[in-house]
Formats: sequence, structure tokens, C-alpha cells
Amino acid sequence: MAETVSERQIGDVVLDLRNISLAFGGVNALSDISFDVREHEIRAIIGPNGAGKSSMLNVINGVYQPQQGEVVLRGQRFEKMSPGHAARAGIARTFQNIALFKGMSVLDNIMTGRNLKMKSNILQQAVWWGPAQREELAHREKVEEIIDFLEIQHIRKTPVGRLPYGLQKRVDLGRALAMEPSILLLDEPMAGMNIEEKQDMSRFILDVNDQLGTTIVLIEHDMGVVMDISDRIVVLDYGKKIGDDTPDEVRANPEVIAAYLGASH
Amino acid sequence: MGFFLETLIGGLMAGMLYSLVALGFVLIYKASGVFNFAQGAMVLFAALAMARFAEWIPGWLGFENQVLANILAFAVAAAVMFVVAWLIERLVLRHLVNQEGATLLMVTLGIAYLLEGIGQSLFGDNIYSIDVGMPKDPVLVLEGMFPGGLLINKEDFIAALIAAALVAALSLFFQKTATGRALRAVADDHQAAQSIGIPLARIWVIVWFVAGIAALVAGIIWGSKLGVQFSLATVALRALPVVILGGLTSVPGAIIGGLIIGVGEKLSEVYIGPLVGGGIEIWFAYMLALVFLLFRPQGLFGEKIIDRV
Ligand SMILES: Nc1ncnc2c1ncn2[C@@H]1O[C@H](COP(=O)(O)OP(=O)(O)OP(=O)(O)O)[C@@H](O)[C@H]1O
Ligand SMILES: [Mg+2]
Repeated sequence: MAETVSERQIGDVVLDLRNISLAFGGVNALSDISFDVREHEIRAIIGPNGAGKSSMLNVINGVYQPQQGEVVLRGQRFEKMSPGHAARAGIARTFQNIALFKGMSVLDNIMTGRNLKMKSNILQQAVWWGPAQREELAHREKVEEIIDFLEIQHIRKTPVGRLPYGLQKRVDLGRALAMEPSILLLDEPMAGMNIEEKQDMSRFILDVNDQLGTTIVLIEHDMGVVMDISDRIVVLDYGKKIGDDTPDEVRANPEVIAAYLGASH
Repeated sequence: MGFFLETLIGGLMAGMLYSLVALGFVLIYKASGVFNFAQGAMVLFAALAMARFAEWIPGWLGFENQVLANILAFAVAAAVMFVVAWLIERLVLRHLVNQEGATLLMVTLGIAYLLEGIGQSLFGDNIYSIDVGMPKDPVLVLEGMFPGGLLINKEDFIAALIAAALVAALSLFFQKTATGRALRAVADDHQAAQSIGIPLARIWVIVWFVAGIAALVAGIIWGSKLGVQFSLATVALRALPVVILGGLTSVPGAIIGGLIIGVGEKLSEVYIGPLVGGGIEIWFAYMLALVFLLFRPQGLFGEKIIDRV
């Protein structure tokens, strides 16, 4: 895997978080956090529970609006990012507490990821008219490719609510991939998985990064996986940034070690 | 036996209309989390628009063809309901995202009064008629199978067919089209839907418009039978127990709940009514809803309501 990583061309900064502060009532979820994400890299965010990792992701795609700071996306400054803006700008994400459309099938869930790419209007769809139908079929083909890639052909028609956790996480990734994002935000994609499932998921993430060139921002608790697949790591603790470096440097950072030892008590 | 079947069929036909109005409730509740008390007012408003435009348009354009007048009036009334949906999203929903259920409920009560008030000042407050050429005479069917046959009300029969066709068309639309999929996505999870770029505002306009069209069709059917008057708003509120019975979040629940209430009303009126002195049709549905609220608050098909702690 190290070889694949070294062969990729890591580019310029595509996403720059500047002095982000976010508070809920009295709780400072994020205090003056700055870091950047470069094109094609796998950028991990780690930290103990409640460190502010998910909040950071939510700020990036506009689910939360920070009280201070700005999100700069390919040079464009957003003081108020919104989920819609982020989606249109090519940012896709998965959620820590899987947020799939429970009543819908795997296929339909992933199809919703194509929403922004649909051009036919509601009237054409209502009468199931030529262009709408052709478009639907074209998108369907793309979605089938994603289903093959994630190896979930056997559950295509199953309502996602009935799937085991590990497979739901995969469908969540599939829906995000269907958007053909340039930046993919993953919030603990391997939580609750066994070793085998984790290996599959790591492979999917690396393949997406390598073959499609997608920039990935990843939150993950499994240190083995994080050290293995990420290029650079941001470490948060109680809403503060306590480390930002390559995996090897982060591993040796005394402050990081202390935070993790403290958290395990 | 023949009489029982007549009553049953009468109930099913009346129930189909409740289903249609209940569908409006369910769609709005699923997509925007609002329990829409204004549904009845929307029926009145739409029926008023239909009745008055059918009266005015021939005068404005100088023709006398009733069919053409009705078609044009329907188109204009549908457009009016679109404007209503758009205004409600713009002026109200947009500013109330993530508010408490109780707040939203009060807001829809406000919308109901506004629609009733504005409707009457725009279109007048008399009793108006809608004449879409519904046959008024009953017809005998299945005379070979039952002595004396079954007496069916043609008007109710056609009304039920129209309502059923509209419900079926809407269900297909939700299942088979991209917009339908987006609607279901929003109904399941707002945040995830927004994160894949589905615009909530647009979805809300569509949903309120669809509910508006359901209200228009129900308004035309009831209006042509009862006349367009203030009481139409309360007739539509009879669909309220339907959604409690069927479950606020279930489309099939709205349909089946409507049929159950329709049948229940008619059967109870005929068979229990004489024992308690009649008038049971008025309160039967509410009674049934109350029983459900006590013993199965999520309704027949709704999702179980779990309080988050
Ligand atoms: N919507 C919210 N309302 C109130 N407080 C919140 C909200 N979201 C996050 N917080 C608080 O902000 C802090 C950071 O939470 P966050 O979910 O970002 O942590 P995390 O690093 O993702 O933790 P975990 O590893 O447990 O997922 C916590 O104290 C949390 O309680
Ligand atoms: Mg988290």
C-alpha cells in the first residue's frame, strides 16, 4: 500500500480551514482550528471522543456554521458554507451515525447521490418522457458500476434498514461516490466493523483515492488503519489542535501520546 | 345482504376521498415535519377558486362552453394552488426550519385562518356551485346476483374512481421518478438529503403543491355535491382521524385508513345509529381516532414513536 501512496501526485491546497471556532452553548467544540487539505491526499482527523472531529467535518460541508473563521475551497472563501453549496462544489460525505434513507432500497439510496446530475425537469419525469427515461437509465448504469465496485450486488434491492451495520456503511459510501465528488469526507467509515470488513473498507478508500484521484478527509479511531493509509494527520483534543503532521511524526508527538493515554483512563 | 353491500360500497366510495385528502396530510408531514391543519382550508380555497373562475372566465373571454370553462378554471385554480405552495414555503416554512412541532402546528392554524379569510375576500362568501357534469342519478347493478340488485350512486362512483386514479398516479410518481426519489429521501432524513444536494425548499414547494392539487380535486368533488361553502373546510378535517388511524408517516396507511373510516362511518350509521339515536356518522371517525391515540398512537402503519432521551 505504501507504494500506491507514494505514486500519487499530491497537489495544491484545495481546502483550507482558517481559524475555525465553534461553540454549543458553553461547550467549545472547536477553538481556533486551522489546517489545510491538499489535492489527492488522504487527510486524517483523529482525537479522543468528543474532541470535535465530527464537528469539524460538519463545518466543512456547512451542516454547522462556525462562529468564527472561514472555509476556503479552491481559493473561494465561504463564511457561510451550506450543505447545498458544498454538494454543488463537489464535496460528498458519509455520516458517523449512518444517515441512509432507511425505507429505500440500496439501489435507490445510491441513485439519490445522482440527484445533482439529473437534468430532466419534473414534468418530463411525471410523464416518464423520453429524455427523463434515458437519463434515468444512464445514471442507473453509473450506479451499477459503483455497486459492483463496492461488491454489494447481492443486496441491491434490499431496503437498507434491514442490512447489517457493516453493509450500511458501504452503502453510505456508495451514495457519496455516486456524486462523483472531488472531495470525500468520511466520518468513522470503519466504526463497529470486524477486521475483514475494515480491510475491505480500507481497500475501497485507497482505490477511490488512487484510481479516481478523490481527495479524502477521514475520521477514524483505529490507529492501525489511520497510520497505514493517511498522508497527513490532524490531531484534535477538547476542540484544540494538538498535532498536524505525517503519521510517523504524529506517532512520536508527546502531546498526542498524552492525550490518548489520558483518554484511555 | 344486498343492503349491507350497498352500505359497504357507499362507505368505500366516500372513504376514497378521505384517502385523497389524508394523502396530502401525510406527504406534508413526511417531507416537512409539519402537521398541516390548513389542509381543510386548502380544500375550501381551491374549491372557491374553481367555482368562481368557472363562472368568471366565460365572461372575460366571451364564450359559453361549460366544459371549456371548467378546464380553464381547473388550470387556473391549479396555478393558484402552486402560488399558495410557493408563498407558504417562502414566507413561512423557510423561516421556521427546525422549530418545535407545536410552533409549526400553530403556524398552520394561522395559515388556515389566512386562507379562509383571503379566500372569502377574493372569491366571495356565498354558496357557489361547481358543475362538472357529475351524473346525479343512482344506478342499479348486479341485478342477477342479488334480488333487486345493488343501488349505486353514480356520482360517488365516479368521484371514487377519480380519487383512486389520482392516488395511484401520485404513488407511481413517488416510486418511479427522480423527483419522487428525492421526495422520499427528504422524508427519511433531511440532513442527509441536503448533503447530497437535494434542495429542501424546492421539495417543500412540490409537496405543498401536490397537497394543493389533492385539495383541489377533493374540493371539486365535494363542492359539486354539497355546494362550495365554508363548511367544506370542516368536511376535509374529517380526513384528520384518517391519518391518526393510518399513521402520519405512511402513504398506504392514509389510503387504507381512509377506506376504513369511510366504511366505518356508513356501517355504524346504519347498524349502530338507530340504537344511539343517529348522528353517529359525525363523530364515529373521531371516536375511532381517539381509541387509536390511546392504544396505538403510531397508527396502523406509522413508525413507532420513540421519545429520545
Ligand atoms: N449539535 C450539537 N449540539 C450540542 N453539542 C454538540 C453538538 N455536536 C457536538 N457537540 C459537542 O461538541 C463536542 C465535540 O463533539 P464531536 O461530535 O465533534 O466529537 P467527536 O470528536 O466527533 O467525537 P466522537 O469520537 O465521539 O465521535 C462534544 O462535547 C459534543 O457534545
Ligand atoms: Mg464524531
